[in-house]
Amino acid sequence: MKFAVLVFPGSNCDLDMFHAVEDTVGEQVDYVWHTANDLSQYDAILVPGGFSYGDYLRCGSIAQFAPVMQEVRKAAEAGKFVLGVCNGFQILTEAGLLPGALIRNNSLQFRCHPVDLVVENTGTAFTNAYAPGETIRIPIAHGEGNYYVDEQTLEQLKANNQIVFRYQGHNPNGSVDNIAGVSNERGNVVGMMPHPERAVSELLGSKDGARMFTSVLNAWRERNGAAIGR
Amino acid sequence: MKAKVYVTIKENVLDPQGNAVQGALHSLGFSEVGKVRIGKFMEVELDAADRAQAEAQLKSMCEKLLANTVVEDYRFELEG
Repeated sequence: MKFAVLVFPGSNCDLDMFHAVEDTVGEQVDYVWHTANDLSQYDAILVPGGFSYGDYLRCGSIAQFAPVMQEVRKAAEAGKFVLGVCNGFQILTEAGLLPGALIRNNSLQFRCHPVDLVVENTGTAFTNAYAPGETIRIPIAHGEGNYYVDEQTLEQLKANNQIVFRYQGHNPNGSVDNIAGVSNERGNVVGMMPHPERAVSELLGSKDGARMFTSVLNAWRERNGAAIGR
Repeated sequence: MKAKVYVTIKENVLDPQGNAVQGALHSLGFSEVGKVRIGKFMEVELDAADRAQAEAQLKSMCEKLLANTVVEDYRFELEG
């Protein structure tokens, strides 16, 4: 299986994402620059956190038009696995690959601490290794992670089982219905504000994020025949 | 042609910055202040054959990039 970690000017979680793949599943992973115009060799595309294009205008608003994003669209439509974390989540919503928008935290503060998440949907490519309703601990680090959708869209998300993670206990940013992560209808595109790539070892305080990477390897193996393995 | 573009957070979406400024104004004694909303103001110079074309161009710019219509409203004024 081959992973791409996209790199935009201003990405700063790309190294963590790269090493998380190496440390959790040991599959091939490449950095792919924002000007790339071919992602056909990759099975999973990871859009990391940071401040793409300086977050000018709005978080993710300029990155959605980077050449590589056309390829991410194609990959998502083809059913390939796409994960956006933090700024990556913002980019995927701006690009229309995921519903909703991320706005300023209701506290107006940048929040940087571990949070407890409930895994609401284990049917996505990135969450099949969790137990339904399981609580996991993953850090957040964001100033604009307040997820917003209108009521009608929220009902659709619930009906289609697109809410992937919810904050448990305290909601750190005011997001609607305590949502921390969502997927598209097919479940091959997932976006979330917490950083699973920062929770892949007990040395980091938690390794609960590691199973997001093993999940996607599971999903890929299932799709490509269980005989392919390491 | 010159255009002024105003982008504001939708009425039904929380505006934490606006609320903070409202609180600050109240603490300065401006108790007459009701709701405060914070938005973005952009001046755009553009080449357009006529007003109608400029309006169409601006609408497209706002829908594509300048506003996120999930959470923001926009309006613009043309000068000249």
